[in-house]
Amino acid sequence: MSLLIYAESAEGKFKKVAFELASYAKKIADSLGTTVTAVTVNAGNSSELANYGVSKVLKVTNDKLNNFNAKAYADVIKQAAQKEGSKVIVLSSTTDSLYLAPLVAVGLDAGFASNVVGLPLSTSPFQVKRNAFSNKAFNITEISTDVKVLSIGKNSFGLVESSASLSEEDFAPTLNDADFSVKVESVEKTTGKVTIADADIVVSGGRGLKGPENWGILEELATVLGAATACSKPVSDLGWRPHSEHVGQTGKPVATNLYIAVGISGAIQHIAGINSSKVKVVINTDAEAPFFKVADYGIVGDAFDILPKLTQKLKEFKANNS
Amino acid sequence: MKILVCISHVPDTTSKINFVNGDSEFDTNGVQYVINPNDEFGLTRAIWFQEQQGANVTVVNVGGADTEPTLRKALAIGANEAIRVNAAATDGFFVAKQLAEVVKNGGYDLVICGKESLDYNGGMVPGMLAALLNYNFVNSCTELTIDGSTAKASREIDGGKETISASLPLVIGGQKGLVEEKDLRIPNMRGIMTARTKALTVLEPVGANVNTKAVKFEKPAPKSAVKLFAADDLDGLVNALHNEAKVI
Repeated sequence: MSLLIYAESAEGKFKKVAFELASYAKKIADSLGTTVTAVTVNAGNSSELANYGVSKVLKVTNDKLNNFNAKAYADVIKQAAQKEGSKVIVLSSTTDSLYLAPLVAVGLDAGFASNVVGLPLSTSPFQVKRNAFSNKAFNITEISTDVKVLSIGKNSFGLVESSASLSEEDFAPTLNDADFSVKVESVEKTTGKVTIADADIVVSGGRGLKGPENWGILEELATVLGAATACSKPVSDLGWRPHSEHVGQTGKPVATNLYIAVGISGAIQHIAGINSSKVKVVINTDAEAPFFKVADYGIVGDAFDILPKLTQKLKEFKANNS
Repeated sequence: MKILVCISHVPDTTSKINFVNGDSEFDTNGVQYVINPNDEFGLTRAIWFQEQQGANVTVVNVGGADTEPTLRKALAIGANEAIRVNAAATDGFFVAKQLAEVVKNGGYDLVICGKESLDYNGGMVPGMLAALLNYNFVNSCTELTIDGSTAKASREIDGGKETISASLPLVIGGQKGLVEEKDLRIPNMRGIMTARTKALTVLEPVGANVNTKAVKFEKPAPKSAVKLFAADDLDGLVNALHNEAKVI
């Protein structure tokens, strides 16, 4: 009755979140006296999963699964869980995982908790702490079903190395046409740039930058940090930056390690969306800007003056610390 | 085409978040309730289908009598009728079961949900509903058009978007993008007047399991004050980020 994780991969390589899930599941497995099995889809070498405590991999290889398909992938995970007799299935909070998670839950008659932060507070009764009220509170949720599905909050659990000896098994779940009734016609991706979802650092700009023509200094800062660029809702509404950069309550959620907000005053909706970020730095000319109340570090000053200098300082820092 | 728009009744974003009864319940005192923002985009899109393609739009909420003003607001925005399932919306699966019953009885072609509600942040009702009904499902839906019995939708993915086609009946988990923020419908005087005459039917819930229970709530630990650096002390900031916060 091992724990099951869905170890996500892209182009055959595991995403970092797969190792976070493994680390998380391994802790629970140890406390329950069981092991961790991972199900993978069209992924390459599974051996790296063993570094984070996974002892068995159910390896699915199927051309029909080359494009993500929530119903088909949910069916794969469901069958893997049934094969393993898993009582706890651990998923991530990526867009794809949140899409398939409720389908897995219904398929397994399982209760589901999303945005879980931290290990279960207890396993009998099964209680987990999760984010609620748009990151303004936590709730302790009890899952009363025999089988439980969890979606771990982004960036809420680190990587914990723990070696295990890995056994790999080819797994061919039964999939039918009905699993593929939703068809992907095309995929548009902005290539090359690190995405907000994957970035460890996000640099975000607001109306304080005065106009789209001024974004260069922000982009340069992002480049030196290897960060994703983001923006506030007004900036996106004004068309200064693409909608895909809008972060906040009705935009993308941000739960990164470092969030640098430049020229953003800190409307509640914006803060709600980025509040799960570990460290927040605010740069704003207005000392009274509400964002300073939730920031960890801040500079009251002019971005046009500060950003180029900060970029230069970081270049020097990187040169001295590599 | 018959469209069902599922509406959550949630505290306004600016509400103070406090808990009562030994931290087991949200303190509704003085809280202003609104239509969940993700649902608003779906509702406006549904009204667009009503105006462009003659669709009939029903709104539904699972909740107590206190949610009726929110349903009336949706009627004022243009929905044709409203349904309230008389039960507390405490568990996502339970809510999905209630909605599934409404969908089955009403024969809806398109079910529009918001991807996530901003009070509970469960994000599970649309998917669970689709699974219970065995309907096609598109989550994180940012564009939707219907031609006959075929839907074309866009799904927001990490770093881009996917264009999807699926046949009706369909459930979507909608969000910003279904319509532009500036195109969101708000009730006008005429809408508010006619909302009073539109049907709001109250149904009793069907038996369904409650799979999860919110046992307790907690507020995050109070934040310590921001550490400010002078504009000419960027070394100080870089040091703090590296040595103290350890994020660079």
